[in-house]
Parts: sequence; C-alpha cells; structure tokens
Amino acid sequence: MDILTLFVIIPVLTIVALVFTKGLKQARLVSMVGSIIQLGMAINLVFAYFKERAINKEIMVFTKDYVWFEQFNIHYTIGVDGISVALLLLTAIIVLAGVFISWKISDLPKEFFISLLVLASGVYGFFISLDLFTMFVFYEIAVIPMYLLIGIWGSGPKEYSAMKLTLMLMGASAVLLVGILGIYFNSNADGGALTFNILEIAQVNIPFEAQKLFFPLTFVGFAVLGALFPFHTWSPDGHASAPTAVSMLHAGVLMKLGGYGIFRIAMFLLPAGAIYWSWFFIILAAIGVVYGAFGAIRQTDLKYINAYASVSHLGLVLFALMTLNKIAWNGAILQSLSHGLLTALFFALIGMIYGRTHTRDISKLGGMMKILPFIGAIYVITGLAYLGLPGFSGFVAEMNIFVGAFENPDMFQRILTVLVVSSIVITAVYILRLVGKIMMGPLVTNDCENLPKATWYEKTGILLLLIPIIGMGVAPLWLSDMIQESLQPFIQGVL
Amino acid sequence: MNFTYVILIPLIPLLSFLVLGIFNKKIKPSVSGYLGVAALSTSTALSFYTAYQYFFAIGKVNGVYQTFVEKTTWMNFTDTLAIDMGILIDPISVMMLIVVSVISLMVHIYSRGYMKGDDGYTRFFAFLGLFSFSMFGLVLATNLFQIYIFWELVGVSSFLLIGYYYTKPSAVSAAKKAFIVTRFADLGFLVGILIIGYYTGTFDFETLNNPEGSAILNWASTSFIGLSVITWALILIFIGGAGKSAMFPLHIWLPDAMEGPTPVSALIHAATMVVAGVYLVARLFPMYYFVEDGFALNIVAYVGAFSSLFAAIIAITQTDIKRVLAFSTMSQLGYMMLALGVSGYDGHEGVGYMASMFHLFTHAMFKALLFLGAGSVIHAVHSNYLKDMGGLRKYMPITNITFLIAALAISGVFPLSGFWSKDEILVAAFEHNKLIYGVGVFVAGLTAFYMFRLYFGIFWGKDKQYKHAPHESPISMTFPLMILAFISMVGGFIPFSELITPDKAGFEAHLNIPLAIVATIVGLTGIGLAYVFYKKENDLADRFSNAFGVFYKWTFNKFYFDEIYLFVTKNIIFNRIAAPIAWFDKKVVDGTMEGIGNKTVVISEKIKGIQSGKVQDYAFGFIAGVVILALVFIYLWTN
Repeated sequence: MDILTLFVIIPVLTIVALVFTKGLKQARLVSMVGSIIQLGMAINLVFAYFKERAINKEIMVFTKDYVWFEQFNIHYTIGVDGISVALLLLTAIIVLAGVFISWKISDLPKEFFISLLVLASGVYGFFISLDLFTMFVFYEIAVIPMYLLIGIWGSGPKEYSAMKLTLMLMGASAVLLVGILGIYFNSNADGGALTFNILEIAQVNIPFEAQKLFFPLTFVGFAVLGALFPFHTWSPDGHASAPTAVSMLHAGVLMKLGGYGIFRIAMFLLPAGAIYWSWFFIILAAIGVVYGAFGAIRQTDLKYINAYASVSHLGLVLFALMTLNKIAWNGAILQSLSHGLLTALFFALIGMIYGRTHTRDISKLGGMMKILPFIGAIYVITGLAYLGLPGFSGFVAEMNIFVGAFENPDMFQRILTVLVVSSIVITAVYILRLVGKIMMGPLVTNDCENLPKATWYEKTGILLLLIPIIGMGVAPLWLSDMIQESLQPFIQGVL
Repeated sequence: MNFTYVILIPLIPLLSFLVLGIFNKKIKPSVSGYLGVAALSTSTALSFYTAYQYFFAIGKVNGVYQTFVEKTTWMNFTDTLAIDMGILIDPISVMMLIVVSVISLMVHIYSRGYMKGDDGYTRFFAFLGLFSFSMFGLVLATNLFQIYIFWELVGVSSFLLIGYYYTKPSAVSAAKKAFIVTRFADLGFLVGILIIGYYTGTFDFETLNNPEGSAILNWASTSFIGLSVITWALILIFIGGAGKSAMFPLHIWLPDAMEGPTPVSALIHAATMVVAGVYLVARLFPMYYFVEDGFALNIVAYVGAFSSLFAAIIAITQTDIKRVLAFSTMSQLGYMMLALGVSGYDGHEGVGYMASMFHLFTHAMFKALLFLGAGSVIHAVHSNYLKDMGGLRKYMPITNITFLIAALAISGVFPLSGFWSKDEILVAAFEHNKLIYGVGVFVAGLTAFYMFRLYFGIFWGKDKQYKHAPHESPISMTFPLMILAFISMVGGFIPFSELITPDKAGFEAHLNIPLAIVATIVGLTGIGLAYVFYKKENDLADRFSNAFGVFYKWTFNKFYFDEIYLFVTKNIIFNRIAAPIAWFDKKVVDGTMEGIGNKTVVISEKIKGIQSGKVQDYAFGFIAGVVILALVFIYLWTN
C-alpha cells in the first residue's frame, strides 16, 4: 500500500472498527488510536516528502495512477506537493484534537465518531487527489456528513442551520460541477483525449473564451466553502449550531478546501480566466476581509464572533490568491494553515467555556480567568495570536500576504491592500473586546465559582493545536520554503 | 570582535518568562522574584560588558565607531527580500542596552517589595521578563521588520501589564485602549515598511541608512501627491513611532496606562517602551535627514514641540500624581523628538541627535526614579491623589531626598543630569529654529513648576488624616531609588558627544553659557512659583484656577481628547459602521439567500399540485402535450 492511499484507508479501517465498538469508552479509544496513527503518518509524510523532494523534481511526488472508469477516462490519481503535505498535516492535527475535545460526548458516541471520520477521510482524499472527478467525489464525502453532525449533535436551531449550510454548499457544488465538467470538455483542446487529470489538463491550452466562462463558476463553487462575501451566511449559523469538534473540523479544515480548490483547480487550470477575473474577485475578497471584521465587532455570541472572524481571515486567503503574486500565495497557504489551527483552538475553547457555563452570550460571562486560569490563559494567547501578534503563525501568514499584495504597483490594488491591512486594527478591536469582557473584568455571576478545571484530555487537545501555532510563528522558514518551492508551477501559468 | 554573546541579553529574560509562565503556580513567590532579578542581573552585566567592549576596548576605528551585525534569515519573501533576525551593535543600541537593563533590573528589585503578597506575583515577574526580552530585541533589531516584530511584542507586554489587575474594569479598558491606539499607529508603521520594502528592496537598516546608498540617493525618483514616496513612508513610520511615544494626537492611551502597577509605569511607560518611537526615528535618522531635505524630519520636530507644550500644560492641573508624571513623560518625549527634528548630520551639526539620545538616557533614569518614588508614596498612603498626601518628608526620608533629586534633575538644575541634556537640546533648537527654541524654554519653566507642585504637595504642607502612620518603604524599594538617584546626579558628566553622534565620529561639546543661564533662570522661576503656590497651604492656587475658569477646566479635562476618541469609537465605529453592517448582513445578504430558499419552497408548493395522483389529470396533461407538440410540428413543417 502506498504512503498516500493509506490516508484514506486508515480512516475507513477506523470506521469499520468503530462499527464493532460498544459505548463511549470504546468508541473514543478506537477513534483516538486511529487519529494518532493518522498524525504519525502525516508527520512521517513530511519527512518522506523532504527526502523525496531532494531527488525528485516533478511537480507532484508519490504519484500513483489507477484507472477507475475507463469510459470517461476517470482515474484514481494521487500525488502531493508541499502545499498538500502541509494541509494533510493540518488535517491530522485537527482531527486528533477534535477527538480529544469530544472525549465526553454523550449522545450516540459511536455514530458521532463515525461521521467525524467519514468527514476526515473525505478531506484526506481531497488533498491527495490529482483527478478532478475523484477530487469532487471526496469533496462531497467531506461535505455531506456535516448535515448529520449538525442536525443530530448540534444545539439551538440545529435543523435550520444544518439545512441552510447543506443547501448552500450543495448549491455551490452544483455550480462547481458545471465548472469542472467545463474544464473536462475543454481538456482536448490541444487534440488529446478528454481527461480529468489535473497535471495533464495543466499542459493543455484551454481556449480563452472557455476559461473566461468556467473560471467564475469554479471559483465561486469553491469560494462558497471558503466563506467568500456575499456567500458566507451559512457559516455563522452553521458554526453556532454545530457541536464543538464539528466546528473545529469545519472551520479548521473543511473551509480550507475552498481556498485549496481554487488554487489547485480554478487558478492552476484556468490561468487566463484567473487573470481576467482577478479584479472582480479581489474586490469581493477585500470586502469580505473588512466586512467580516466589522461584523464580528457587534456580535454577542462567542461562536458568531468567531464565524465572522473566519470570514475576515479566510477573505484574506482569497484576497491573497487573487493578487496573483507568489509571496502573497505563500501567505495564502500559510494563512490557511494558521487560520485552521487558530480557529480550531478558538472553537475548542469556546466549547469548554460553554460546557461549563452553558452560555455563549458574552454579556453573561466575565472574569473567567480567575476561575479557569488555564483555559483563560490559553484563550488570551489564542486571541493575541488571532490578531496577528508576532511569534504566532498568523503574523507570518499576514506579512507574506501584505508584502506580496504590495508588490503590484497598480494604484487600485494598493488601495485595496491598505484597506485589507487596516483590518488588523479592527481585528484587535473585536478580539480585545472579547478577551476583556469574558476573561478579564469582574465576575458576572457568583454561581460559576466552582467550575471544573481543565481536564487532561482538554489540555492535550489544546496543546496539540497550540504547539504548531507557536512553532510556525517562531520558526517559519522550513515551512514557507517548502510551500514556496511548490508554487513554481502555478507561477508559470499565471505570471 | 565577536558580539554573538549579545544574543543572550534578550534570551535570558525570555527564559525567565517561559519558566515563570509555564510553571506559574508551582513556583514559590520568593523564588520567582529571585529568578527574575537573577535573569536581569545577568543581562545587565552582559550589557555593561558589551558597552565596555564597544566604546573602550574596541573604540573608534579611523575616528568612527564601527557597526557590528550578526544575523540569520528568519523568513524569505523572495530571493532578495527576506526578514532577518539578528543583533546590531552600534552606539545607540549599546546605549539602549544599558538604559533598558539598568531600569529593568531596578524595577525587578523594587517589585519584590512593592508587589509582595500580591496574588499574581509570579505572573508579574513573568510578564516583566517578557517585556525585557521584547525591549532588548527591539533595540538590537537589524532591520525594519525585526523592529516591527519586537515593537508588537513590547506592545503586548504593555497590554498584559497595564491589565495586570485584570478584575478591575478600569485597568482592562486602559489596557485595551493602549493596545488599540498603538496598533492603529502601527498600521502606519506597517504600511511604511511595505513601501520601503517595495521601493528600496531591503528592510536592512545598514543598507537603508547608508548616506551613499541607493535608498537615500534615489528618493527623488518616485513621487506621490507632491512628495517622494520614501518621504511618505517615513511619515507613516513616524506615525508608528508617535503612537508608541505618545505624541499628540495619539497620546491618549498613556495617562490611562497608569492603571498598571507603578513599577510597570516606571519601566514601560516612562523609561523604555515609550522611548521606542524616539529610538525608531534615531535608528532611521540618516533617512529622515537626507530624504527630501529632511521634510519628514521637520514634521517630527513640530509634532514633538507641540506635544511637549501640550502635555506640560495639562500636567499642571492633574491631581493624580501618576498622571502628572505620565503627562510629564509625554512632554519630555516631545522634547526628545524635537531635538531629533532640529538635528543635522555631520560633526557638531549632529548636536540635536546627540542631545536627544542624551536626554533619553538621563530622562529614563530620573523619570523611573520619580515613578518609583511615587510608587513608594502610594504604597505608604494607599492613594494616588495629591489631596490625600502632605508632610510625608518626616515619614519617608529616603523617598523624599531621592524624589527631590529627580525633581531637580528634570527641572534642569545645575549640575544634575537633566541640566546637561536639556541644555544640549536647547542649544540644538536655538541653532536651527527659534520658534521651537522658544517652546522648549517655556516648557522647561512649566516642567519645573509642575514637578515642584508635586514635590511640595507630597512631601511638604500639613499632614493629612492617615489611617495608619505612613512609613518608609523596605530596603528592596529604597535601594533602587538610591541607585537611580545617584545616576541622576552624575549621569550628566558622561561625554555623550564623544560617544553618540549621527556620523558616529563624535565631536567636542561646549556648554553654551548664555543659553544655560537663560534655561536655569526659567527653571528656577518655575520652582519659585511652585514654592509660593504650594509650599504652604494657601488658596492661591484655587484663586488662580478660578480666575482662569474655562481654560482651567479644559486643561483639567485634557482638552477633551478622551471624549473625542470615545465619540469616534462608540458612535461612529460601533454604531455607525459595525451596527449597520451587522444589520445588512442579517437582513440583506442573508435575507437574499433565505429568499432564494423560500422562493424555491413556494414555487415547489405551487407546482407540486401537478403530481396529484389523479389519472384524469395525467391524461389531460398527456393529451394537451400531444396537441401542443403536434401544433409545433405542423407549424415547423409548414414553414
């Protein structure tokens, strides 16, 4: 079995094992073991990748190809570059942390963990695929369990939120499918056979008219998942109703599929379309950055604040992609990783606070630092990391994006860049408002004086996320170099 | 010469921060105090060793102090543009090492007494370690991005320490205000860095500051709204510096920052972090001076002079002793800025630059001393307000004497340190800009007046009704006072003009006797007036404030700047921008999506009747369809 396919096999095996478990204890143990193996594999993959990269200068390494549907030339083609390796590692970390955070889930634990791992396997599959069709299948596998996870284990108006989220994402998938088919039917433009293989299509000169038509479809299809303004409204409701681990996975990993898909499919395969449309989507992305940040200022529910913050931070990813600049692209990938870790950590902490106080309304919370020192301290650190403090991952990503975006001497883009840079102040406003209100200040009520302290599994989950955040922030060189190397083929298309 | 060991100066406090932060509750308070002091003592010893090596063991080579740089790549943007991390050893960074390490060590020692018995004792020392690390990193930075990184880190340490009493709402809001206001200023700084990076292709100080380098020589090749783009960048960078150094109109966070524990005010908000803005301009001085004939530097001068005057006026009316000192700090920072602003580059022309750094040094010492003395007083009477104090000289002799020395030093009385540095500033201003010189002299008088208003109010006059008799602070607190008082007395005799000049060559400074006499007379007049007003209890001050009614009220309320900012944030940002956006998102954006969903439901409701299950309906539909198709075919056929 090759090193990549295992990323799909292991979750499937874990799911099979889960079917035979009884009760919470067995279910979580099996999920934990499965996720630890995944993380081990992901770490191993990083080392293997460096070793392979030293001798193999192909765009993708560890490639494998199996024919799936001969008639339509659909293959199971896999392979990775630095970008997908980094995202696979991110996924493995967040899935494991999510298992720890769900340690005490009481309703239908077996089914919960099964759904969680189905989602994970879809994400893994998406990141290793090099075939448009296979990629799309994995994409759907990742998105669909979300409906069950929110609808069954959620809180508040969960049916409504689950429905809204699923319908909007399905609508986007439909648009995306049209885009993908459009690419497929133009993949013989140079006289070859129709193909879904990304690397092969990248060599084809798809006619400009087709690129112009299918780029926006593909872009929007993915960007809905990446919370592009004005298609972001599923996210606040969805996150607010989702159980903690699902929010973590969804915001941490699933939303990254959007940016990754845009980069790997829309921009890589339709470069002329990307150049043609960049002015338009860069405006939407820039609006999203500022708009999301302002939106977060007024919210009172912890999860809503985080959801709007995600709109702002992921807007930054889309903005960076649309600047069509190598440094900014590097920043976009770093921001995807950084935001994934940070937002997962934030949702984990919110879940811990909610689990103890049974409220997410910030007006009912205050002075939590006194009662929950560990959670409080981590919350403050996470907040500071989120607003882009040096020493944490967010700073590294943002600086790449800003420096890259500024490289374009076009006045219009400069103005947008300055606008986007100014979001760091707005971010500081809502983060400090949050930290100041719920962690600092006087206690709001006295009945929360004896809340339980953080448990070992909560601490493990937190540290799993925090360590890479700090690692990326303190020593970004190896990661950013690994990503930069892999950007080369994209540049040739667009620049 | 190998200066690699200098990296230990920031790293040791970082280690102390990590140990104290991670094992917080597991460490006994007494141990954490000693740990912090030990870490800073090591850094201080290393700083002095570095200074000795740099200024004396190596000294000048060909009449010029050398610059030593050791760096490593931290992150690559492109093959040529990267962020480096490293250490830069030159006269001002070595001087700053001394300032930061001495003050930080004194504050560490002092805090062992001042913070005794506090709940978060270990946390306090951890944060002090974090701050010291960040501040050392800032002064040693080799490039713009590194200084920005540590700039943000000192900002966050300041946030954490202002909000140290985090259950107090006023402390929390002060911490937030400080962070957000400086962050807003840093936005300018960051955009400035981006511009510099793009147009010069480097962030490196050495390359940028080279008077023959392309960054300086090519300033005229770009322009934007009538000025060189580089000038704009320098102005934006100065905005960042103005935010940190509490220049008008970004000063509003500094008085509120006094909510933090007093040792913090002494360390961060008087002696070290707030001078970062001055340091930044000094660091980029060749750029400021040469680009567009010092256009940006003129702005620095005027902003500095105005802030200096503005703050000194407000300081006169404040009743919270720490706030008086805060405004005094702002005023003195303005002094340093204006000195930089009027400075030239070569030889004796660089007297402003030299004076600014000189004043930075002496001010750090006597202002830290004033704050620590104020802390000692607050410790004794448990109040920040002047009305609760009086006659304390009998109870607190050491605090009294050291405070007096500091007050005399800041008032510029011969031969204390403040006299020398202030004199050089006035010389520089006199030679370049008479208006600024006038402001400087006037501010010197005001300074002497409000300082002695404070001094007489605290230590003289009648005893107040103290709950229990005030007593002198423990030795851990008075020892730093005595050390700082000693430096404040003799610090003026350090030959700064030999050591620190823009061209690094040094020059021979002479006391300008007439200007010194003018300044001394003005200072003594200020002290004399304060003596008349405040030495004994009388109603002279009240009569005056009544006579100046409106003006007094405006001054007392700090010219309502807090209110203006509050209006902007509360009414404009929160209510006029954020609230409509939240509404728009809910009603319009989400509403559209919901509308699409609901419309689908409505349409399907309407058309679902078609699938009724009645055979007649289907039969009708079938026949109708056939007829329509037939008609279409016939129509097409006939054409």
